[in-house]
Amino acid sequence: MRASRTTPFSRVSAVVLGVLVAVLAYAPYAVSRGTQTQLVLLFCYVLMGTMWNLLAGYGGMVSVGQQAYIGIGSYGLVTIADQMGVPAVLAVPLAGVAAGAVAWVTSFLVFRLAGGYFAIGTWVVAEVLRLVFTQVDGLGAGAGVSVGAYGDLGPAYRIAVVYWLALATTVLSVFGVYLLMRSRTGLGLTAVRDDPVAASSLGVGVAGAKRLVYVAAAVGCGMAGALIASNTLRVQPESAFSINYTAVMMFVVVIGGIGAIEGPILGAVLYFLLERELSHFGAWYLVLLGIVVVAFTLVLPKGLWGLVAGPRRQVFPVGLTVMRS
Amino acid sequence: MTLLRLDDLNVHYGDFHALRGISLSIDEGETVAVIGANGAGKSTLLRTIAGLNAATSGEISYRGQPVDRLPAHRRVALGISLTPEGRRLFPSLTVEENLLTGAARSRPGPWSLRAVYDLFPLVEERRNRIAARLSGGEQQAVAIGRSLMSNPALLLLDEVSLGLAPVVVDQVYAALPKVVASGTTVLLVEQDVHRATAVAGRLHCLLAGRTALQGAVDSVRYEQIVAAYFGQAEAA
Amino acid sequence: MNLVNAVVQGVLLGGLYALLAAGLSLIFGVMRLVNLAHGAFAVTAAYGSLTLVQHLGWHPLMTLAVVVPVFAAAGFGLQRGVLTRAATRGPLTPLLVTFGLAVIVESLLLTGFSADSRTLPTGQLSVASVRLTGTVSVGVLPLLTFAVGVVAVLGLQWFLFRTPAGRLMRATSDDREAARIVGADDRRVFATATAIALGLVAVAGVFIGMRGTFAPSSGAGVLLFAFETVVIGGLGSLWGTLAGGVLLGVAQLLGAAIDPAAGVLAGHVVFLVVLAVRPEGLFPKAVIA
Ligand SMILES: Nc1ncnc2c1ncn2[C@@H]1O[C@H](COP(=O)(O)OP(=O)(O)O)[C@@H](O)[C@H]1O
Ligand SMILES: [Mg+2]
Repeated sequence: MRASRTTPFSRVSAVVLGVLVAVLAYAPYAVSRGTQTQLVLLFCYVLMGTMWNLLAGYGGMVSVGQQAYIGIGSYGLVTIADQMGVPAVLAVPLAGVAAGAVAWVTSFLVFRLAGGYFAIGTWVVAEVLRLVFTQVDGLGAGAGVSVGAYGDLGPAYRIAVVYWLALATTVLSVFGVYLLMRSRTGLGLTAVRDDPVAASSLGVGVAGAKRLVYVAAAVGCGMAGALIASNTLRVQPESAFSINYTAVMMFVVVIGGIGAIEGPILGAVLYFLLERELSHFGAWYLVLLGIVVVAFTLVLPKGLWGLVAGPRRQVFPVGLTVMRS
Repeated sequence: MTLLRLDDLNVHYGDFHALRGISLSIDEGETVAVIGANGAGKSTLLRTIAGLNAATSGEISYRGQPVDRLPAHRRVALGISLTPEGRRLFPSLTVEENLLTGAARSRPGPWSLRAVYDLFPLVEERRNRIAARLSGGEQQAVAIGRSLMSNPALLLLDEVSLGLAPVVVDQVYAALPKVVASGTTVLLVEQDVHRATAVAGRLHCLLAGRTALQGAVDSVRYEQIVAAYFGQAEAA
Repeated sequence: MNLVNAVVQGVLLGGLYALLAAGLSLIFGVMRLVNLAHGAFAVTAAYGSLTLVQHLGWHPLMTLAVVVPVFAAAGFGLQRGVLTRAATRGPLTPLLVTFGLAVIVESLLLTGFSADSRTLPTGQLSVASVRLTGTVSVGVLPLLTFAVGVVAVLGLQWFLFRTPAGRLMRATSDDREAARIVGADDRRVFATATAIALGLVAVAGVFIGMRGTFAPSSGAGVLLFAFETVVIGGLGSLWGTLAGGVLLGVAQLLGAAIDPAAGVLAGHVVFLVVLAVRPEGLFPKAVIA
């Protein structure tokens, strides 16, 4: 017997994933601009879901205020690229860093609230940011601003650049979360989540790890916000700081599967398809999403990935699996 | 008359078989002591009788009626009251409030706030104190008082001496004869064999979830008890 | 004098916030559960009242007689049917479930009533006022709202500390299993707490509707104000809740007096300042928690 992270399943999936990423990277040469724009949205869902899963599934923190960092990322892109003249390719990660910095500061406030009150506290922070940005005349106040960063690229090239940026950001972020969860910090967090008492008696440092996760999730959401702004070319406080982003993240994680890296990827794809097919039903579509969240949480708490996964069936093997060799 | 009867009782925690085929019958007015080492299943036995744990098989009948399916709060109404291990007072409530919660499903009987205060005069002095701020002995007295407030016919006492200084244990046990005299049947868990044999008429010794020995206190020899307690093959 | 007026109005608004916060606080205090659908439920009550007003021609105050019991019953059922299950699944589950409920409720209101802002017509009540000094006069409706808030907080305090049922509720909150062995039906106790909380929410919702406008999306703001009130006042302290509501109300109306767009923001800022300098709240005595 030996202990190993990888399994035959994970090795095969790694190859499949590699091929998939390569195919996706080639897509701008093969599919229409409209499809690329759609896929950027899908990538953003994967990114946002992955971040929310990092928070809730691994860090045990339910935030309903992640829209704060989407908004910071969107406005960050405008500020860093348009107003400071940094190339967009750099502006997207920098917008993420800006969101992370804001998160680091606010963590000292919201971490004073436990559990459910933490959730609402994060929401207040998002609301404060929304109201503040509504007042900033330099950023168009309530009416918002247009994104000019990609102005000197032609439309076809711009869309392809945003597409590659989104793909790269998402793939790297998912991989980054995977590495984080394999690290000592990540395994400590998983231990805390699974058994807080035992973990604390083993001396797992919780507070620092949680802050790290909170900031990392904000960086990811910030980049998602920058990408969304790059995709729509318009940033407006009402929509950039909309609670709907958090609702999407929650949905993606809950149907995909909380506490597994694969979960939000699966959930994002499902959400993306559902939205395409059903969003014209308007409010009834939202009713359906709410019902699905409640039903999954109560009946299938591990999500759809939970039906598939087993200790040996992980695309991203985080823990160790004992194998007979 | 038989008050409580356990018939081939089995209890599991998940896969763990905590009680294995326990049978026990207690007559009205008796005092029975359950003894056994740590982890033998004593608390599980009392909790199952009180309705906090569900039996996987077997039967519990009380006054001839099966009570297996009744939730804990309904068993209280029938006269079964548990003074749990670790006392489990309501920490944010005052002493008096703790006692009054015990009367939530009170049956008619001798016990009242007044009677409990007479039994434990110290408790009366502390009546307005928050339970969290009591000493261990005071907490134990309140916990017993809370049970008595329901006027139980069957009082289940789980390790009332746990964590208390011997003098304090003496004070707590001094109340027991009065409780028994009021007509209450007592099933108590006690790690200290000497104390158990001093107060109980009968012993029931558990070893790893099984009955290792049972019988009237004066019919079992001390060596037998020690053997059953520690699971040694009985020395001749 | 404008500022004095803002303070007076803010104090009165605080009664409404205390009313809202009392329900949130009760559910949290007894069950350790944060109900993210709290605001959505309040708004639903306002729509419920509106429906009765429109179809039966009742005064909104009269609709309380129907809306409150209906909400209390719904709360009982909600606890029994959904939240009990949610609570046994770890701390994340109730949040996901109540957030999902908030989305469902808000979206249903949207399908039923459109996104337009509405208000509950109160007739004479909306114009009646009492003159306090030469320049400060207060409306009868805000005064009534404040009184209802104070009575609700007092009533809840009385129930929890002066009645056997309230005592058992606090006991169950302390130690659920120990409550079962003194004869409390813990699930029933929890359901009763939720019923009371939703009854309070319903009252608050109807008063929100009478005092101003509401739309399906108003629930978020309502939840945040209720939450800020709880935290400013100190978790679990009912008196603190009243003080927290007053502080929040005054902050909002003073802010709005200075810049009409800054009212809500001023409230949030006061909340954040309290969180930064006094995270245990102004009155941290844990009474129901
Ligand atoms: N909640 C529980 N979950 C799992 N196992 C338990 C639980 N409670 C007790 N046990 C196990 O059941 C056995 C009997 O426990 P208990 O009845 O508390 O013993 P005693 O009271 O005799 O010390 C022990 O091995 C203990 O570890
Ligand atoms: Mg024990």
